Amino acid sequence: MSAATNVCIIGIGIHPFGRTDGVSGLDQGAHAVRAALADAGVAWGDVQFAYGGSDAAGNPDTMVDRLGLTGMQFINVRNGCATGGSALFSAQMAIRSGEFELGLAVGFDKHPRGAFNALPAEYNLPEWYGAAGYMVTTQFFAAKIMRYMHLHGISRRTLGLVAQKAFANGVHAPHAWRREEVALDTILNAPMVSDPFTKYMFCSPGEGGVALVLASEKKARELGIRPIHLAAATMRTRPPASFEVFAPSIEIGGGVNTATRLAAAAAFEKAGIGPDEIDLAQLQDTEAGAEIMHMAENGFCADGDQEQWIAEGRTAIGGALPVNTDGGCLACGEPIGASGLRQVYENVVQLRGLGAGRQVPGAPRTAYSHVYGAPGVSAVTILHT
Amino acid sequence: MGRFIQTEESTGTIRRAALSADAPLFMPDAPLHLMGGRHRQTGRVTFPYPGDQFDPVALPTRGTVWSYTIQRFRPKTPPYAGPETFEPWALAYVELPGAVIIEARLVGVDLDAIRIGMAVELTRVALDPAAQDPFWLPAFRPATVTEREAAQ
Repeated sequence: MSAATNVCIIGIGIHPFGRTDGVSGLDQGAHAVRAALADAGVAWGDVQFAYGGSDAAGNPDTMVDRLGLTGMQFINVRNGCATGGSALFSAQMAIRSGEFELGLAVGFDKHPRGAFNALPAEYNLPEWYGAAGYMVTTQFFAAKIMRYMHLHGISRRTLGLVAQKAFANGVHAPHAWRREEVALDTILNAPMVSDPFTKYMFCSPGEGGVALVLASEKKARELGIRPIHLAAATMRTRPPASFEVFAPSIEIGGGVNTATRLAAAAAFEKAGIGPDEIDLAQLQDTEAGAEIMHMAENGFCADGDQEQWIAEGRTAIGGALPVNTDGGCLACGEPIGASGLRQVYENVVQLRGLGAGRQVPGAPRTAYSHVYGAPGVSAVTILHT
Repeated sequence: MGRFIQTEESTGTIRRAALSADAPLFMPDAPLHLMGGRHRQTGRVTFPYPGDQFDPVALPTRGTVWSYTIQRFRPKTPPYAGPETFEPWALAYVELPGAVIIEARLVGVDLDAIRIGMAVELTRVALDPAAQDPFWLPAFRPATVTEREAAQ
């Protein structure tokens, strides 16, 4: 592949996650764009195109009103939890194809308090399924980890350790929502939300915005920027016999193949490296169990290894494979449209060596990100210096 | 597919008109058998009956708990149409041998006593027990031992 079509990230910007009363989701996205442009040292007028994602906070392309009516191309993306990954995939394709040299992937959201309330018709499901109270994402994650714990010997304490690590990492991430450590006993003994998860083991829908400035390697060199390379960006839907969010039934023997496995395999093939060559990873952790299962589904360990890995601190900052270095969704919350791009933002911070209190030691050179969501979608990216 | 419409009068209750547009959950001629669908080409069984390209099939009434969780908070309305007063309920995936794994309520068992692998049998539970003409959801309860099994 020629240098002209290699894609780089040359600027990153974020609006802090959490709750920002009085600031719309769109304005949080625009804030992130301005920050990313400043980081890259380019102007809004230099941006040739954008892919923008939001699930619940309006049409992203309307932000041209805030940023300037340059007539640039702006395409909206709405793809559930893979919204950010899909925006990034599309943006890198626009550059890889040679159509453009410099553009944006931006995502933002602003969800009401409480659990997501999806409606059956949005997922091609019958009305009774929602009336019965089954359109609740937490049920799926709880039932999935309950079986996984049974099959692979994962303890409830390990779920608590994952949440404890998330809050400990979030302390050092200025963009995180929850920035205080929580003791393991507090996590384990808190009220149960959906067994085996207590309230500290679930992330909350929230708010936030993230923007990435992408450019061809040639353009980055012209601008004199030391870029971070985007080695792979993939998005996949569910395979047969998978177990997904909002599943009234599963095939016998199902639950092993997942959209995540497909997206991960495609990303490693594209990047030409294996899981053992990844220095740090951001893995979808909508709850503490997801991080554990996604470690295996993305190829970083075998099923069941997590119990020992986590006991030994191998996924902590300074471990062999630090996971969710900014506290992930557990500490940052989940604004759907921004969440996947937040992972990539954090990876760029780490690869630049600017993580301060949460910096992965030893000058990491490769970083991985992964999202998963309803109704069985996953997106993966691999970055390298 | 009709969307559940919430009105002031019907807050938290089911609009039967919207639900009746769904395919039935139970076999019309065998009320305590669930109606699944068998794919005409592949033979794959699914639930609920999805219509096009599937033949209706009565699902086995006994199975084992594949996984489960407890719903500890009242889901948001809409779309939830259960009673306003919320009591936690158990939700399971039940493996029906040779057919499919289905999502259903678990009843008649202490929430602390549920285990993966436990034998269960089909029953039904009213979404809102106080409703005059309640909507019946598929549910499973701990299996009763049959006379033949007891003799063995």
